[in-house]
Amino acid sequence: MDREKVVEVQGLHAAFDDTTVLSDISFAAYKGEITVILGGSGSGKTTLLKHLLGLYHIVQGRASVLGKDLSGLREVEQVELYHQMGVFYQSGALLNSLSVAENVALPLAQHTRLPRELIDDIVMMKLGLVNMTHAFHLYPSQLSGGMLKRVALARAIVMDPPLLFCDEPGAGLDPVMLESLDALILNLKNMLGMSIVMVTHDVSSILRVADRIVFLDSGRVALEGDLDTALKSDHPAVKGFFGVLKHEHIRQIQG
Amino acid sequence: MTNNKKKHHPTSFRAQGIVCHLDGNTLHVSGKLSFDEAAGFVRWTLKTVRPLRPERLILELSGLEYIDSAGVMALAYLQNKLGKKKIKTELTGGSESINEKTKLFSPGQRAERPRSYRPGAFEYAGYRLHLFFSSYLMGFLILAANISYWGLVDLFNKRSRRKGEFVNQAVLIGANAALIVVFLSFVIGYVIALHSAGQLRVFGANIFVVDLVVISYMSQMGPLITAILVAGRSGSSIAAEIATMQVTSELDALKTMGLNPNRFVVVPKLYACMLTMPFLIVLANVSGITGGAMAAWVYLDISPGIFINRMEHVLQAKDLYTGLVKSQVFAGLIVLTGSFYGFRVEKGAEGVGKVTTTAVVVAITLVILADSILGVIFY
Ligand SMILES: Nc1ncnc2c1ncn2[C@@H]1O[C@H](COP(=O)(O)OP(=O)(O)OP(=O)(O)O)[C@@H](O)[C@H]1O
Ligand SMILES: [Mg+2]
Repeated sequence: MDREKVVEVQGLHAAFDDTTVLSDISFAAYKGEITVILGGSGSGKTTLLKHLLGLYHIVQGRASVLGKDLSGLREVEQVELYHQMGVFYQSGALLNSLSVAENVALPLAQHTRLPRELIDDIVMMKLGLVNMTHAFHLYPSQLSGGMLKRVALARAIVMDPPLLFCDEPGAGLDPVMLESLDALILNLKNMLGMSIVMVTHDVSSILRVADRIVFLDSGRVALEGDLDTALKSDHPAVKGFFGVLKHEHIRQIQG
Repeated sequence: MTNNKKKHHPTSFRAQGIVCHLDGNTLHVSGKLSFDEAAGFVRWTLKTVRPLRPERLILELSGLEYIDSAGVMALAYLQNKLGKKKIKTELTGGSESINEKTKLFSPGQRAERPRSYRPGAFEYAGYRLHLFFSSYLMGFLILAANISYWGLVDLFNKRSRRKGEFVNQAVLIGANAALIVVFLSFVIGYVIALHSAGQLRVFGANIFVVDLVVISYMSQMGPLITAILVAGRSGSSIAAEIATMQVTSELDALKTMGLNPNRFVVVPKLYACMLTMPFLIVLANVSGITGGAMAAWVYLDISPGIFINRMEHVLQAKDLYTGLVKSQVFAGLIVLTGSFYGFRVEKGAEGVGKVTTTAVVVAITLVILADSILGVIFY
C-alpha cells in the first residue's frame, strides 16, 4: 500500500501500576481518512489516545505520529508535532478563566501574528461551524455540557491542523447536532484533507463518517478494517456492538 | 503609475508560499494562502492598496492553489476593511476547491459584546452593604444554625454519624498540628520573657516575669497562637475540600443520595476541631511557659524551681476557663468560616484557590476579633 500513514502503532503495551490496560496494540491510520477507535467503556481508548499525544510515556512498543517516532522525541520536536495536530479532549478541557472566544483564540494568538480583529473573525467563523456563535462572550462555567463540547471542537480545529484527534466529540449532543457535527467532520476531511482519529460510541455517527475502524476489546485490537469488514465480523464483541442495528437501518443511513 | 506614494511600497509581495502582484486595480494572488501567509498578506495589501484609493479592487485568485480557513477569513477581512474606505472589492478566478472552502468557512456575524452595567459609587456601596447583610451575614448565620443543630442531634445519634471520619479529622486537624503549635509557642514564650527581662531588671522586678509569661499565655497567647495556626492549616483545607466537592458536583451527588452535606462533611470536622483545640491550647501553654521559664533562667537567673513556685501563686482557675471557652469559640469560627466559603465557590477550579485564601483571612480576622471581645468580657 502506498498510502501515507499518519499514525502507526506497533505492539504497544500500557499499564497503570499492576493493571494492564493496553496489550499488544497495533494499527495504522491513513492520511485523509477518518479512523474510528471503538470499544466498550473502560477498554482503554482514552489511554491509547493519550499515548499518541505524547501525554503518557511509551514504555513498551512503538508509536509514530505524522512520521515521527514518539519514543525518543526531543521536546522541541514534540512541540513542533503539536503545532500540526488539533486535540479534542473527552472532558472538553476548556480553560475556565478564559471566555469562549479567548479559549478558541488561544492557539491563534500564541502561534500567529494575525491582526486582533482578524483573529476575532476567525474565532467567530469557527464557532459558527459548530453553531456556537452566541457563546462568543460567555465563560465555560456558563455553558451546558454539549455546548462545552462544541466549543472545544472549535478550539481543536481553529488552526486547520492536518491531523485531528477527537475523544468522543459526539457524546452529549442531540441527534440533529450530532449529524451536523458529522457533516462538519466530513467537510474537514474532504475539503482540507484533514486526517482524523476519533473515538466514538455512536453507531449512526460511525456509519456516516468512518473510513476505517479499530475495535478495542479489553485492551486488545479485536478488529481493524473498513466498515463492511466490521459489519461482517464474527468477533463476539464487534457483533454485539453492531448487532444493535437492523440491516435495513444500516442501508438507510448509508444512503 | 504616477502616484509617487507608490514608490515606498513594491507592487509585488512574496513571502513563504504566496506571491502577490498588483497590476492597476487587479491584485493577482497565487500560491498558498494559509495561516503562515495570512498575516503578512493582509498587512501588505492594506498598506499598498489603501494609499492608492482605487474605486475598486479585483482580487484575482486563478493562481491560488491552496487556501485554508485563515486565508478565507483574511480575504473577507480585507474586503471589509477596504469597504470601509469606499473601495469595492471583487473576487474572481478561484478554482472550484477554493470556492468550496470559501463557502465552508464563510464568516459569521460578529456578536455584539453585552454591555456591562456600571453602577455609581453610592449605588455600588449600598449594593455591597446590602449584599453583606443579605448574603454573607445571613448565609453565615443560617449555616451556623444548621450546623449547630446537626452537631447537637448527631451527638446523641450514633448511627447516623460517619464511621471513622471523626477520628480521621481529629488526626488531621488536631494531632498533625501539635508539633508546629508546640514549637512556635516555645519560641514566642522565650522571646516574650527575653524582651521583658531587660525592662523588669531596671526596676528590680525580676520575679514578675513569671506573672507576665504565665498570665499572658494562659489567657491570651496560648489560645490565640493555636487558633491562628489551626485557622491557617485547617481553615484553608476545609474550604478547599468543600469547594472542590462543590466544583466536581460531589455535593450535588450527596444531596441527591439524600445526605445532608452539612451533616456529612462539616459536622465531623466541627467535632474534631472542638475536641482537639483545648488539648492544643494546653500544649501551647505548657511549651510557651517552658520557653519563658528558660529565658528567665538564662537572663534573669530565676531557676525553674523558683519559677514554678511563683507560678502557683499566679495561676488562677479563671484563666483555665477562659482558655476553654475561647477554644470552643475559635474552633466553631474556624470550621464555620472554612465551610461557609467552601460552599460559596464559583467558577470551577480557579475559584477554589480564591475561596481558600478568603477563608483563611476571614477566619484569622474573626478569631482575633472574638479574642478581643472575650478578653474584655473575662477581664
Ligand atoms: N490515570 C489512571 N490511573 C489508573 N488507571 C487508569 C488511569 N486512567 C485510566 N485508567 C484505567 O484504564 C482503563 C481504561 O481507561 P480509559 O480511560 O482509557 O477508557 P476508555 O476506553 O476511554 O473509556 P470511556 O469510553 O469510558 O471513556 C480503565 O480501566 C481505567 O480504570
Ligand atoms: Mg475515554
